[in-house]
Amino acid sequence: MLTKEQLIVPENRIYGKPTLMNETPMHYCPGCSHGVVHKLVAEIIEEMGMEEDTIAICPVGCAVFAYRYVDVDWIEASHGRAPACASAIKRLWPNKLVFTYQGDGDMACIGTGETIHALNRGENIAMIFINNAIYGMTGGQMAPTTLMGMKTATCPYGRQADLHGYPLHITDLAVNLEGTCYVTRQAVNNVANIRKAKKAIRQAFENSLNKKGTSLVEIVSTCASGWKMTPEQANQWMVDNMFPYYPLGDLKNTVVKE
Amino acid sequence: MTEEIIISGFGGQGVLSMGKILAYAGIMEDKHVSWMPAYGPEQRGGTANVTVIVSDEVVSSPIVSAYDTAIVLNQPSLEKFEPQVKPGGTIIYDGHSIIQPPKRDDINVYRIDAMEEAARTGNSKVFNMLVLGGFLKVRPIATVEDVVKGLHKALPERHHKLIPMNEEAIRRGMQIIQKMN
Amino acid sequence: MDNGQKDLVLLKGNEVIAKAAIRYGYDGFFGYPITPQSEVLETLAVDKPWETTGMVVLQAESELASINMLYGAGCTGKLVFTSSSSPGIALMQEGISYMAGNELPGVIVSVGRGGPGLGTIQPGQADYYQAVYGGGNGDYHTIVLAPNSVQEMSDCMGKAAELTFKWRMPVIVLSDGMLGQMMETVELPPYRPRRTEEEIGKLCPWATNGIGLKNRKYNFMSTLELDPAVMEERNQKMAAKYRQVEAEEVDYELYRVDDDTEYLIVAYGISSRISMKAIDLLQETGIKIGMLRPKTLWPFPNKIISQLSERIKSILCVEQCEGQMINDVRLATEGQATVFHSGRSGGMVSSPMEVVEDFKSMARERMSNNWPKGYWMK
Repeated sequence: MLTKEQLIVPENRIYGKPTLMNETPMHYCPGCSHGVVHKLVAEIIEEMGMEEDTIAICPVGCAVFAYRYVDVDWIEASHGRAPACASAIKRLWPNKLVFTYQGDGDMACIGTGETIHALNRGENIAMIFINNAIYGMTGGQMAPTTLMGMKTATCPYGRQADLHGYPLHITDLAVNLEGTCYVTRQAVNNVANIRKAKKAIRQAFENSLNKKGTSLVEIVSTCASGWKMTPEQANQWMVDNMFPYYPLGDLKNTVVKE
Repeated sequence: MTEEIIISGFGGQGVLSMGKILAYAGIMEDKHVSWMPAYGPEQRGGTANVTVIVSDEVVSSPIVSAYDTAIVLNQPSLEKFEPQVKPGGTIIYDGHSIIQPPKRDDINVYRIDAMEEAARTGNSKVFNMLVLGGFLKVRPIATVEDVVKGLHKALPERHHKLIPMNEEAIRRGMQIIQKMN
Repeated sequence: MDNGQKDLVLLKGNEVIAKAAIRYGYDGFFGYPITPQSEVLETLAVDKPWETTGMVVLQAESELASINMLYGAGCTGKLVFTSSSSPGIALMQEGISYMAGNELPGVIVSVGRGGPGLGTIQPGQADYYQAVYGGGNGDYHTIVLAPNSVQEMSDCMGKAAELTFKWRMPVIVLSDGMLGQMMETVELPPYRPRRTEEEIGKLCPWATNGIGLKNRKYNFMSTLELDPAVMEERNQKMAAKYRQVEAEEVDYELYRVDDDTEYLIVAYGISSRISMKAIDLLQETGIKIGMLRPKTLWPFPNKIISQLSERIKSILCVEQCEGQMINDVRLATEGQATVFHSGRSGGMVSSPMEVVEDFKSMARERMSNNWPKGYWMK
């Protein structure tokens, strides 16, 4: 029988952690989509060879510590202001890959103004939008994208229109803004979707570099802790409840592949 | 020499630009100047005034409590600024725009029918230059030559062709101003 | 223009802010229109520096966005500025706290008007607390420069550019609607090239711009620190820096102060100009009065005020608000002098004669020899 040392050799390697991901243990809960998306981001930057030309902006929310895990230069913006921060940076550093990484509260609630205006100005940035329909970091309160009837700490009897208003479809809004070049909705709940999501993020990053306008990649995500489910249940709940409301696929793509 | 001047009238009468040209003329004479407008949301038709100070010394306060000269181009301006002219100072008013002329006898009162003159020549745009000419006649703080140099500085290049017309208006203003007391 | 040897031009204070920034090699401006400072962005838009020096100019969607644009730009080591007026600066306070917390460069021009709330659009100095003490959260300071002429508006843009990188802290240029709107002659600085990316790489190894990443650990900018002991360490490090700034960067000017001076006016910005005239009028009547004008409001010229207080027993603090800087003046006197207030508020501005009248009532109080220590009056 082969020993571990004989088995783990470079020629046998079929999968590896991207080198841009460091050894810092992640603070994300088991089953959370963030870790997968972080890995995709690290892989893509590495594949594009953009390590020294990337400026990443993380939000306030669960991804507030994103800078701990991926070895590129990171800026933690104040809550909701990542798009403003990124707009200035991309204009001052036009040849850099500039992207924001934001959750639903950051992008679609407190920072809606900055989001809409960055998208509408057509800033040459990519925006990754993790939509898990709940506030994870603060302990499971209602998000702008919380589904109707869905229970959270601040809508414990379920979201009701008269009390809480309706879920905000910010990605659908982005489609109608002239500044956006690429708007897509993805998920990372299985291998096929992870591959599609990776392709989408890669295109968004390339759009930033090629100055095509603003790209918005929504990742419909799980929050097992916030939803009070096991990771497996959360994945299934997302498929059953989130996907019908936030259907996956490209919503807009004006960039012609060369 | 320090000349503290208030120019006041309706927006659109060229009050602010008259002040600016005067300030530039002062610079041409190597004087220190300041130009302080009363600003606000009002545009054409509202009230407008500007304090211009031309001095041999560095200008300390850009706002002053009393003026050497008040140029008033509408009735409310006259009522507001007549009491603030220093004793022995000067007030200049446009004959057409003022119904109740100044009453003080401890100041020099001048009238200039600039509005009428502008209407007569069919060029309302030189109204403020006529008034400026009148002012320079009674308070010769700058020569017409320096004012013309100032115009070159104050106006964008594309308007320089209008300078001869303005110079003519300044000289005409010097002729038509009349002492009233 | 041929005026001696100098290239003198007649400009509004706000226009000068824009033109000086272009010439001092600023990399960008991010701002939102508000009276009485909109000429800053308007002038930049007319001058199109992006076609000449390469300076970026962006009209943001709000002051909130503006300051966070400044924050992002500062993180990457660029020299940028914003300008606004009172309510707009109020909106920026959170961002200023983040900038201070991450020790970032950035210049904020504040053209004050009367408040509180939406207030008036007329000139005011009621934002002394806002600038000097800050409305953002946490233990932080910003350097505050106080120009009192259109020329100094230009000079301050150069000084702010230098100080903000030297100390890695935001610098506020505290002006007011009058300085912003008035025109005076100004000699603009010569053009200074913007820093190249290589220069930024060398000068700002802390910046998050990716430069040299392969040969260093990645940089990050974060104000979040869950461990209070580490947060305290960060604060102590910043506090040590602030003490150094206080020791090195105090700047002030004396006007007609000599060994015989009996009365002192303390005033900054437009109030110092009005006070100069008032002092000239009082000196004509034989009164020995002079002025101390702080050119930096933080750090504040405590030492010189304390020294002068030893022999000058009454001070008139002239400011166009109901009394804000007066408290710093009183602290600086260390109880050796009595400080009186003079000034209008809400957008009204004192005339020199009003300052003279306030001086006279102060002097009468002094003659009556009847004022308790630390007493101050309008």
